[in-house]
Amino acid sequence: MELTLWTYEGPPHVGAMRIASSMKDIHYVLHAPQGDTYADLLFTMIERRGQRPPVTYTTFQARDLGGDTAELVKKNIKEAVERFKPKTLLVGESCTAELIQDQPGALAKGMGFDMPIVNLELPAYSKKENWGASETFYQLTRTLLKEKVSSSEKISPLRWKELGRRPKVNILGPSLLGFRCRDDVIEIQRILSEQGIDTNVVAPLGASPDDIERLIDAEINICLYPEIAEASCEWLKRNFGMEYTNTIPIGIKNTIEFINEVHKKLDLPLTNKEELENKSKLPWYSKSVDSNYLTGKRVFIFGDGTHAIAAAKIAKEELGFEVVGLGTYSREMARQVRATAKDLNVEALITNNYLEVEDAMKKAAPELVLGTQMERHSAKRLGIPCSVISTPMHVQDVPARYSPQMGWEGANVIFDDWVHPLMMGLEEHLIDMFKHDFEFVDGHQSHLGHTATNTNNILNSDEKKEKNSKEGIIWTESGRAELTKVPFFVRGKVKTNTEKYAILRGIPEISDETLYDAKAYFN
Amino acid sequence: MSKVEFNKETGPREVFCGLTSIVWLHRRMPDAFFLVVGSRTCAHLIQSAAGVMIFAEPRFGTAILEEKDLAGLADAHEELDRVVNDLIARRPEIKTLFLVGSCPSEVIKLDLATVAEKLNKRFLGQVRFVNYSGSGIETTFTQGEDGALKALIPLMESSNEEKLLLVGTLANNVEDRFKKIFKNLGISNIESFPPRQSTELPKIGKNTKVLLTQPYLSDTVRDLKHRGCEIISAPFPLGIEGSTEWFLAAAKAFKINELKVHEILSPLINRAKLALESHKEILKGKRLFLLPESQLEISLARFLHNECEMDLVEVGTPYLNKDLMKEEINLLPDNTKIVEGQHVEKQLDRVRESNPDLVVCGMGLANPLEAEGISTKWSIEMVFSPIHGIDQAADLAGLFSKPLRRNQILTTKTLVTH
Repeated sequence: MELTLWTYEGPPHVGAMRIASSMKDIHYVLHAPQGDTYADLLFTMIERRGQRPPVTYTTFQARDLGGDTAELVKKNIKEAVERFKPKTLLVGESCTAELIQDQPGALAKGMGFDMPIVNLELPAYSKKENWGASETFYQLTRTLLKEKVSSSEKISPLRWKELGRRPKVNILGPSLLGFRCRDDVIEIQRILSEQGIDTNVVAPLGASPDDIERLIDAEINICLYPEIAEASCEWLKRNFGMEYTNTIPIGIKNTIEFINEVHKKLDLPLTNKEELENKSKLPWYSKSVDSNYLTGKRVFIFGDGTHAIAAAKIAKEELGFEVVGLGTYSREMARQVRATAKDLNVEALITNNYLEVEDAMKKAAPELVLGTQMERHSAKRLGIPCSVISTPMHVQDVPARYSPQMGWEGANVIFDDWVHPLMMGLEEHLIDMFKHDFEFVDGHQSHLGHTATNTNNILNSDEKKEKNSKEGIIWTESGRAELTKVPFFVRGKVKTNTEKYAILRGIPEISDETLYDAKAYFN
Repeated sequence: MSKVEFNKETGPREVFCGLTSIVWLHRRMPDAFFLVVGSRTCAHLIQSAAGVMIFAEPRFGTAILEEKDLAGLADAHEELDRVVNDLIARRPEIKTLFLVGSCPSEVIKLDLATVAEKLNKRFLGQVRFVNYSGSGIETTFTQGEDGALKALIPLMESSNEEKLLLVGTLANNVEDRFKKIFKNLGISNIESFPPRQSTELPKIGKNTKVLLTQPYLSDTVRDLKHRGCEIISAPFPLGIEGSTEWFLAAAKAFKINELKVHEILSPLINRAKLALESHKEILKGKRLFLLPESQLEISLARFLHNECEMDLVEVGTPYLNKDLMKEEINLLPDNTKIVEGQHVEKQLDRVRESNPDLVVCGMGLANPLEAEGISTKWSIEMVFSPIHGIDQAADLAGLFSKPLRRNQILTTKTLVTH
């Protein structure tokens, strides 16, 4: 048993619903009690979809349990097929149905339908949402393409040359309830098209079962979200020899690397790197004098594997931040996240307990948090600016405007989204220059109300803590007075540093001199 | 009784389960904690239903069953013990801990009553443990509150003191208002169940007169009767009519002169009627279809027809206790079509066919219906908003007129701009 107060991922059948709802001409019969229909509102309310997810719940009740729930399953399957006439039927069960072992998938297969039926076995007590989505997409691909395995020759990435046409690729992985997937697909298709590459199929988002059968018309697969598409890409590689890409095009460097990877695989001539860099404003914005203040900003990153890894790279290499924390809730991506963290000299945090994340955040004392909506809340409590970079989805993460994370425009969006929560460049410079101005006296910080912390509060809240703290450090009158003179926006940092210094040196009382000693020490 | 048409329907449903009532119960009793013993789905459900996000540590959580818990039941009991220990250590301010059963915990027959009993002995004087089921195979949406309240009844001490007991979760401001009005009527000993603190349970006995504020408390009512309480039969305090009848029924039980009630209520009624006018203008003659969700549907239909002059196409309810709803059904217009249960697909077919002006439904259906051009009102809002009482009648009507008014605004001709 695991105590959970909040969770980053839903159960695996919600992952299956993400695949079913992303696609056309598919219906999912889910053996589940009535309460499980809550999952519909993830799509209708969070994604603001105008259609119900293509899911029929069997809605079994306690009184059905003594009788024949298997008959109930069959009745619902029959009705769903007649009503929705899907081209492919997914059949599965939620956690409670798993316990009563009706095997709805097997039942469906015995009903004599002529459409392909995918029997989804998603162990609800050991797996989670992303795994469920990945497994569903994999089973669907496998079911729809398995007959073609024996007859098909291995697909060469250079086949387009023989056929005398532009190379074709599939974009795999984008789904509903994925972070900004809708816009990422548009951006990546545009980039590929500029490079003379056509998109054969995008799946699961917007694809039909017919499209899945057409996957092998392409030369290679773009694995855009490994959480969802890697298992399918791997299967297509094993059975059809289709190569797939490993680079996720988030950030300028990754986008360039991605383009290079695609080009190498398809044997296309490489585009000039500088020309590519000019496609986004991020490199110049980041170099511009105004961005000087970004230097070494301490950033804490937590999210799904794909976005967390990409964020770490952008933060360090493209914005000049210092990554002071990196973690993920995707255990499937733990290895990759650990590797990235090691490169950055931080210890990866792999957990699905948001309180642990909050603790780590507090300890790392970052100046910016990049996380999920949960970290946004934690950061708010700690008074740290935050930008959301990852699922789980919130209605705020489905903006009306075009707002990708990938490719050139994605890099522009990221620059804005990450930098705006911080105090802006010129603003920070000016405040620094005019810090003795009346405007920066406590209580006159109208432009930055929420992060401004009153000195008294800082000291008072700490006094409470002091009683319990091992260190038992005391701020003297002069120390306090000097601390008030420090501009509010760096006061917290100065305070922490000074205390750190005091502990290091075994100084029990912090005076104004200690503060200056600490300042010199940390310079 | 009016010639109301009763129908029953079974099939796939689109209704929340009883677990979701945790979302308002934990706000009502801030010293209580609700621990669902269930699956990841339960955890995800509460989180999704609780709205967007939590702003502090929530007063609910889930002990998620894992593979190893399903292997042997003895383990599951020990595991639950451990989880409860962790929780109490972290949240020492918890006074009452509800162990909430779910679909999976019921199917594997996890005996939460025994667990609660053991924990009660161990944490005696510190935390009280009660258990109930909010599972979707047993309960829909608001029935979870019924289960939670029923579980508290054995903890209520006996007293023969005469009192009025308001039963069902109300918004605090509505509750205060009711108490004030009852005091004006001459009923001064009034208590609420659930109380605002889980530890301040009212004492009950044969001189307790129970007035229900919510229509979904069948089991609670039965157990209160067993404890000797007298149940006052009345419609529910939604709208002017329902609230007036409700006050009158209480007054009668306390032998208060009816004239006095009218004297005290009439200024409120006049004020409310005035406030209702602008909403009535919009709602009048509009056709209403209520899909089942909160069990408030019948009372809402009565209010929207009798006071706002809407036409009722169909009144769905997830569950119908004809006895509790007797007074409400009597007030409904002739030939009202009531449908208990649900086959969501067939019901949506009827919605499309009848093309109503407004549909009351759950959140899973609202946007898809809007996309089809049908205005909707989410039923979940009724359990979160202060809608009870005469003073709130216009606010209640406002919940229904707003989507229609918005529709009008958005479809009127575009302004000429230069």
